[in-house]
Amino acid sequence: MDLNRKLAILADAAKYDASCASSGTTKRNSIGGRGIGSTEGAGICHSYAPDGRCISLLKILLTNYCQYDCLYCINRVSSNVPRARFTVDEVVQLTLDFYRRNCIEGLFLSSGIIRSADYTMERLVEVARVLREEHDFRGYIHLKTIPEASAELLAMAGRYADRLSINIELPTAEGLQALAPEKDGLAIRRSMARLRLHIDEAKQAGKPRAATSQPAVEPRRAKAPSFAPAGQSTQMIVGADAADDRSILTASAALYGSYRLKRVYYSAFSPIPDASRALPLVAPPLVREHRLYQADWLMRFYGFAHHEIVGAADGMLALDMDPKLAWALAHRERFPVDLNRAPREMLLRVPGLGVTSVKRLLQARRTRQLRVDDLSRLKVPLKNVLPFITVPGAAARNGLDDTNLAARLRRPRQQSLMFDSPDVTA
Amino acid sequence: MTHRAVELAGDTDVAGFRRAARSLLSQGVAPDFVSWHVAASPEPDLFNLGHQDHLVQGRTAPGGTALAPAAASAPLQVPAFFVPLCAQAALHSDAGRFGLLYRLLWRLHHEPGLRHDPLDADRMQAEQMARAVRRDQHKMTAFVRFRPLAAPTADEWRITRVAWFEPVHHTLEATAPFFARRFAQMPWAILTPERSARWNGRELAFGPGAQHSDAPPADANEQLWLTYYENIFNPARLKLKMMQKEMPRRYWKNLPEATLIQPLAARAAQRTGQMIVQGGSEPVHRRPAAPAAGGSDGSIRPRGQLGL
Repeated sequence: MDLNRKLAILADAAKYDASCASSGTTKRNSIGGRGIGSTEGAGICHSYAPDGRCISLLKILLTNYCQYDCLYCINRVSSNVPRARFTVDEVVQLTLDFYRRNCIEGLFLSSGIIRSADYTMERLVEVARVLREEHDFRGYIHLKTIPEASAELLAMAGRYADRLSINIELPTAEGLQALAPEKDGLAIRRSMARLRLHIDEAKQAGKPRAATSQPAVEPRRAKAPSFAPAGQSTQMIVGADAADDRSILTASAALYGSYRLKRVYYSAFSPIPDASRALPLVAPPLVREHRLYQADWLMRFYGFAHHEIVGAADGMLALDMDPKLAWALAHRERFPVDLNRAPREMLLRVPGLGVTSVKRLLQARRTRQLRVDDLSRLKVPLKNVLPFITVPGAAARNGLDDTNLAARLRRPRQQSLMFDSPDVTA
Repeated sequence: MTHRAVELAGDTDVAGFRRAARSLLSQGVAPDFVSWHVAASPEPDLFNLGHQDHLVQGRTAPGGTALAPAAASAPLQVPAFFVPLCAQAALHSDAGRFGLLYRLLWRLHHEPGLRHDPLDADRMQAEQMARAVRRDQHKMTAFVRFRPLAAPTADEWRITRVAWFEPVHHTLEATAPFFARRFAQMPWAILTPERSARWNGRELAFGPGAQHSDAPPADANEQLWLTYYENIFNPARLKLKMMQKEMPRRYWKNLPEATLIQPLAARAAQRTGQMIVQGGSEPVHRRPAAPAAGGSDGSIRPRGQLGL
């Protein structure tokens, strides 16, 4: 099979992984080195596919042969898709060639499970090793981690990769059992915990040591090598099983808390060629996926606890408004807040005010009184903001008690651009 | 008060702007009495050599060094945010940018409260310009596409890769060091209508603008990138607006993969419909043995109507 055909098959097989992030790793460049590559903090999206997703990395599988039979997966053993396998050198050369064209930030390599978890993981690590050691490649590498692989291989993977990820796949153990019988939820969590230890340890070792009153206490070792400096992430499939949004967000909160994940990606289950009959063959629930990302943002940047976000009895986020607006409408007794006095935590809960706007408002109100013109200049959506605040220049009580308020503010796809798409790398 | 006209050496003469602004401010010349111009054609500083140490530090203010005054005038106190803001906004294509920046500097000097007010109209306009410049720089780091030359250039630069790019603002000089840091061992040139940049592994230099036809055409291996673009796209999630927000049409003409956007989008609904209509298939239960790496063709059956 020629390289072009292999690439077609193994890129097609990799597209269901949402992550394409290339941000948050150590800053480095190729000055003084033998090869090419740099990472300067912010990720770069070198192109966008017509599905609106960022193309930052060469995202491919080493092979789409797989022993597992995960029903939601295009590469499951019982699927009829064509199969292919790259050699280590083919992946290395493709990565370097695309990189020299300035088409990518680096490589995101994953694989079907062949022979054994260790064998598969060892091949993935070998690609990263050749790139780093033989070609002195200093771009970004994201390796998918096989949860059942040995601790030694995980440790090696972390030495070469900027980011490691293990997909949790489904929010509940029952879901995983039903749809991915060969996958072991406990092994997945055990590996995440192991990665967290390595990552924390390397981070700790990288910090300058604080002065201590007990100089006799020696550090355990002089310097830990860097380990996956961009941390670990995971992905959950949305809509393949019956899990509701509340249980998805509960699972996410646990993942962020227990394993300090950098990101949880949500991937709306979309029809795949040659799908299993056990799964819903409908258009992917993209709006639901989008609402989950917004809810995820609320947990990570807006100070919301996961149990506050879903209010509805059916455990689902509203599709016709963003979760922050839905929360505010359901908690009108907390509003309106005084734009000139409310604490930051409360301003962040005002519909239509983002983190950056709040920061500027706080800064400006230290020296003078804020007026409604300030909001106009910030280009925040006044229609959403005004009912929930009091500010000089705006009529008092902007219809907060109006029973039609929800209807007035509801728009299909409201604020859909306020939050990053899953794979914007900023 | 007499009117002053200041002529800057070129569109990226941030250092010249700072010198002039500092001097005007110390003489008490109000913004309304100054007009700013850029010399019609920049000096023919053909491939002026840059300095590598400047490069290695990286992230210096675009368009100029972190300017300490040339021991000329008295030290001038400006808030910390103004220096990077000025360096970035000064590269904007808007002819009024220097006037705005001087007015802001003047006001910061005379209105003590202003430095604490991020919502001031002048400040927000300058921030907006700086944001546009940063975005333009970011898009350059993203969308520049190097194509290989059949052989290295015959001159002493031995260039092997060349890109053609059309920035919105005057951002080539400020962005070129990024490519030098990234491709330290790969001699390259970036050509734009206004200016050009080249790098030989040691030195970064700038020269006059060029034409699209000066850059090389596609090479054979570019097809692999197109194959990747075609196959990483998920037709079940067509979102053209989202794509265009981040990759506006104005960039498409210099992106080889952009020619695929229309055909991929046009066929997306049909491909998705087919996956749904065709429904689930009878699974083949088998455990495929992995072939030896690089070995036999492992395809089970042609992809038929679903393939691209």
